[in-house]
Amino acid sequence: MIDEKFDAIVVGAGPSGNAAALVMAREGLNVLQIERGEYSGSKNVQGAILYADALEQIIPDFREDAPLERHVIEQRMWTMDDRSHTGMHYRSDDFNEDKPNRYTILRAQFDKWFSAKVREAGALLLCETTVTELVRDLKGKVIGVQTDRQGAPIMADIVVLAEGVNGLVGQRSGLREEVSPDSVALAVKEMHFLPREVVEARFNLKGNEGVVIEAMGTITKGMTGTGFLYTNEESISVGIGCIVSDMTESEVTPYELLDAFKKHPSIRPLLEGSECKEYAAHLIPEGGYNAIPKLHGDGWLVVGDAGQFVNAVHREGSNLAMTTGRLAAETVIELHRKREEMSEANLKRYLARLEDTFVMKDLKKYKGIPALLHGNKGNFFGTYPQLISQAMQTWFRVDGVDKKSKEKAIMKNFRETRTLRGMLGDAFKLARAWR
Amino acid sequence: MHIVVCIKQVPDSAQIRVHPVTNTIMRQGVPTIINPYDLFALEEALRLRDKFGGEVTVLTMGPPTAVESLRKALTFGADRAVLLTDRYFAGSDTLATSFALSMALKKIGAEFGDPAIIFTGKQTIDGDTAQVGPGIAKRLDRNQLTYVSKIVETDLVNRTITVERRAEGGVQVLQSRFPVLITMLEATNEMRRGSVENALKAARAEVVTWNAEAVGIEDLTQCGLRGSPTIVKKVFAPGGRTDEVQLVDNEGNPEARANALIDAIFARSPDVEKDLFDQAAHHF
Repeated sequence: MIDEKFDAIVVGAGPSGNAAALVMAREGLNVLQIERGEYSGSKNVQGAILYADALEQIIPDFREDAPLERHVIEQRMWTMDDRSHTGMHYRSDDFNEDKPNRYTILRAQFDKWFSAKVREAGALLLCETTVTELVRDLKGKVIGVQTDRQGAPIMADIVVLAEGVNGLVGQRSGLREEVSPDSVALAVKEMHFLPREVVEARFNLKGNEGVVIEAMGTITKGMTGTGFLYTNEESISVGIGCIVSDMTESEVTPYELLDAFKKHPSIRPLLEGSECKEYAAHLIPEGGYNAIPKLHGDGWLVVGDAGQFVNAVHREGSNLAMTTGRLAAETVIELHRKREEMSEANLKRYLARLEDTFVMKDLKKYKGIPALLHGNKGNFFGTYPQLISQAMQTWFRVDGVDKKSKEKAIMKNFRETRTLRGMLGDAFKLARAWR
Repeated sequence: MHIVVCIKQVPDSAQIRVHPVTNTIMRQGVPTIINPYDLFALEEALRLRDKFGGEVTVLTMGPPTAVESLRKALTFGADRAVLLTDRYFAGSDTLATSFALSMALKKIGAEFGDPAIIFTGKQTIDGDTAQVGPGIAKRLDRNQLTYVSKIVETDLVNRTITVERRAEGGVQVLQSRFPVLITMLEATNEMRRGSVENALKAARAEVVTWNAEAVGIEDLTQCGLRGSPTIVKKVFAPGGRTDEVQLVDNEGNPEARANALIDAIFARSPDVEKDLFDQAAHHF
């Protein structure tokens, strides 16, 4: 018989769950965290970029011992057709600061570190244990969880669902719908080993400096998605992801996409001589604001990927996860201190906290983008990247044709391929969705 | 009945990688597991405890991070965990390891009751020597039953245990008096899944941690690298196989195809042909 009751149970030990458990445990709450994987991080996949700010709010001195790979000093944004890329690069020595803003990380190591901090703060962690369903009282209030281990349910005042993108516990317990295939992307990635010196020479880096490449265009074969390449200490993470419903429609397999991306003339030389050491795949919630499920109820809260907290436009996710985990924890701490009930009405304060931060502000700002891009994927991920490449080629190739004629040819190509009205319409819609 | 199970935290050999440049084993980032053979020993110990009552203590020697393996053993249902850790133990071979473990086992006996049975796995997957179990038995002057495939009977009144032991060419049925050391073979049982209660208990448990001094080791020259006569001369990654696959013509009846296959083998390895003929000549 388990006759004890916890102040809070956190389901999941990814960034959002670790943030929530850490913040609550540090404030003296009796916290139990339940993770289905063998250890925190064993099931987690990400590109992966760590945004310092969100973690700093939870562990101010994380730089002292967190396993970080490289701090990002250069961002390359590429639009690609089959043979070229047109890039916008931003590199700044300002990013070589005392407390850098972004880092590349390896999640398996990072999550282990994060989880150790959670346990140091006093939370109890059960691994290799899957929460099968939520336990409710007669009024329907969530009062605990049942796991796949033999034994009685484990009780708590509040259950924080940090269970990740699929939200299976929430689904099984009727708190939310199944995730829709058009609001999740399937991303595949590989980690390629390269000696440190090669990474540094190839990307023009010194010490722990790092580069990030984000790419879109014909690499996704007309589907909504992006590719990426990140430099780690002595490896490179390379991957690509597309919306799941696009993949089922096109019947292109993820590994075909990744293979083609790796063979692209702009990517191939960057990976030359490397050895693939690891591959992984994961779903990313990319439905944006409109796909957010119900986030609170009597005795429960949702944080992280389970709440669709990903800003697909800016490729941000782990920072939203940590921030939502922290805000949920702060809400619970406040109610716990005032001895108020963990009721739906009281937990609404979590929503208010979310609204006050970049999390909801950004997701709201871009709420129209997922539908717009998805609805016009042929143009945004095929036609425009091709037109841009063709224009660049015409413009930069010196072949005796005068510049005025080149300008005309470029404009003609755009007009004939996409019509003036179509382009104006896309520009207008994009501007409106961006606002 | 008090039972002690000696376990070892080992790198998950399925996930070991060799550094492409230095050709050394990359231990960093390789997940660790409980040596799989030890799990059969642990499960057997838990079964005996469940049947006859008593306690199961798990013991490991290793770096402080080996506590993870102990905690896992507690999740399966062990009652107590002891970590033997000291920088003086670093670099121990099987001689030094069995010395240190036997000292810890003496202390366990003194503090928590003399164990009737000490279990180990038949060997570890990283060292593969199968020497530590017998080494402990010798140092503690215990009977040893190695490569045990089944525990047939345990008699607490007469303090005996009967087991099946897999030996070359057959199965031996052996009986021994307590106290005894048993090394378990693989696939002898299936590890249970600990209950919620076990898991919670394990997450909270204080692991008993001892260093060399705590277990009464005075002569440090018997520990670690200094106490280890084994010398690792070289570590290398075997190169990939360069042999090419040869497809034998797949035409004709089975006999013709078999002949084609044998011809191909003989053509490639004349020694095989010669050996076979020699053997055949020898028989007739």
